[in-house]
Amino acid sequence: MDTEITLVVDGVEHSLVVDTRTTVLDALRERLGITSPKKGCDQGQCGACTLLLGDRRVNSCLMLAVAYDGANLRTADGLADADMHPLQRAFIEHDAFQCGYCTPGQVVSAVGMMQEMREGEPSAVTADAAELSDEVRERMSGNLCRCGAYANMIPAIVEVAQR
Amino acid sequence: MRPFRYQHAPDIGSAVSALAEAPEAAYLAGGTNLVDLMKLEVAVPDLLVDVRELTSDRIEAHPDFVRIGAAVTNSALAADPVIRRRFPMLSQAVLSGASGQLRNLATTGGNLLQRTRCPYFQDLNTPCNKREPGTGCSAREGFQRDHAILGASEACIATHPSDMAVALAALDAVVNTEGPRGPRAIPLVDLHRLPGDEPERDTVLEHGELITSVDVPQLDFATNSRYRKARDRASFAFALVSVAAAVDTADGVVRDVRLALGGVAHKPWRATDAEAALRGAEASVEEFRRAADAELAGARPLPGNEFKIPLARNMIVGVLSELSGVPR
Ligand SMILES: Cc1cc2nc3c(=O)[nH]c(=O)nc-3n(C[C@H](O)[C@H](O)[C@H](O)COP(=O)(O)OP(=O)(O)OC[C@H]3O[C@@H](n4cnc5c(N)ncnc54)[C@H](O)[C@@H]3O)c2cc1C
Ligand code: SF4
Ligand code: FES
Ligand code: FES
Repeated sequence: MDTEITLVVDGVEHSLVVDTRTTVLDALRERLGITSPKKGCDQGQCGACTLLLGDRRVNSCLMLAVAYDGANLRTADGLADADMHPLQRAFIEHDAFQCGYCTPGQVVSAVGMMQEMREGEPSAVTADAAELSDEVRERMSGNLCRCGAYANMIPAIVEVAQR
Repeated sequence: MRPFRYQHAPDIGSAVSALAEAPEAAYLAGGTNLVDLMKLEVAVPDLLVDVRELTSDRIEAHPDFVRIGAAVTNSALAADPVIRRRFPMLSQAVLSGASGQLRNLATTGGNLLQRTRCPYFQDLNTPCNKREPGTGCSAREGFQRDHAILGASEACIATHPSDMAVALAALDAVVNTEGPRGPRAIPLVDLHRLPGDEPERDTVLEHGELITSVDVPQLDFATNSRYRKARDRASFAFALVSVAAAVDTADGVVRDVRLALGGVAHKPWRATDAEAALRGAEASVEEFRRAADAELAGARPLPGNEFKIPLARNMIVGVLSELSGVPR
């Protein structure tokens, strides 16, 4: 069933007609040509499709586009203004990726995660975590990396979170 | 995915009637379970009625209970200061489930009604009584690591995957619904069913019955509570076994206790036998072990999940010891 919807992606408004079965991820990638969110598992398990909905991180592969008519979304592309986002820069400086497929999702997720931490939201390890890196590991567990680039990714995120 | 219609309803009454008229319709909340199952064609609704704006997304604290709106997200529930102070195990249970991204989408109502993660249930190529009644249970002769040791039937050995529901079972929560026959209040421990010979029915809800909120009654000693979850990796995995407990001890004696287990049954398992054994007992490792054994005496494991008995026993003893300050 076709429905007309509007999505605001990285500050740009797009109107499109979608079948009810279309996910937000497919609407962005296949219809609008916005390919920075990636499709890994398409089942909520890998985090490659992570976007910010408002300022909350979400898995766009499980969101039906018709249910997010009018939504304000941000992708890794839209994190930078004139300059790169500090997290994007930290990923480069720390060599925090190999193939790069999971990276846009990781960066967006880390931005959402830092906002959650700033607002004092707990994680499963907050009560026991001695180190910020334990917090980051737990809070980033929704983003998998097939290349296993975690060893550099965690320090990259920790460095920005400490500022 | 099969084609379907999508609509909003102006109010709860219209949503309930929309489903009453459409036997294959379903409510949509965060979609993190339903959309997944629709992609697999395990769920094939022909109409989705979006309920996120129909039910409350607020947590209301009253002196003798806290009301959690059905649309409260898992992340908002876990972060809520009243929940964290009064019912720490509830916040911990929610935080132990899924991922940051999923918890931002997932809702209280949807979490309770998520379906089993039994791999055969999700695989259209294998027999499964829950998905297609009468076809058989593939797990009985197959992979059983995640499956039930308590309350299972010949027809189905699936477990309920929710962590939140385990804490809510321990806390005597009550689920408020609005359905074709009006409103009702269902104790959470009675919401989910044991499989029996109708494993296709997860809960006692009727088609079209909408969860509007969940009430958690005040329990003073729940400030001393804990949710612990054992799983195959440190984070972002479903429970093999989980324990939700609150304990009230005085002078080395257990005055009162609430205990529930996850990952062991078709429903969140309130450990009433263990609770009975504990009330009035000495707060000691021996008594905790005896209580755990009382609960687990009814366990009927399969070769692939026998390990859950010692795991559950040790976790019960561990959590109770921690909460009552008993050295192990
Ligand atoms: C990769 C992954 C890992 C996960 N790990 C965990 C975990 O470790 N622990 C855990 O507990 N959960 C876990 N989950 C499950 C997740 O918590 C649930 O998918 C989520 O809570 C469901 O909420 P929702 O709002 O998205 O529900 P939806 O998917 O929208 O709905 C689920 C069901 O509930 C019905 N429904 C929704 N709202 C209502 C209502 N108000 N009244 C009546 N019916 C309603 C829908 O019709 C549907 O049948 C995981 C999920 C994924 C994808
Ligand atoms: S355990 Fe239940 S859900 Fe799993 S295959 Fe058997 S009948 Fe299906
Ligand atoms: S593609 Fe969405 S979580 Fe993997
Ligand atoms: S860098 Fe290759 S998947 Fe993460």
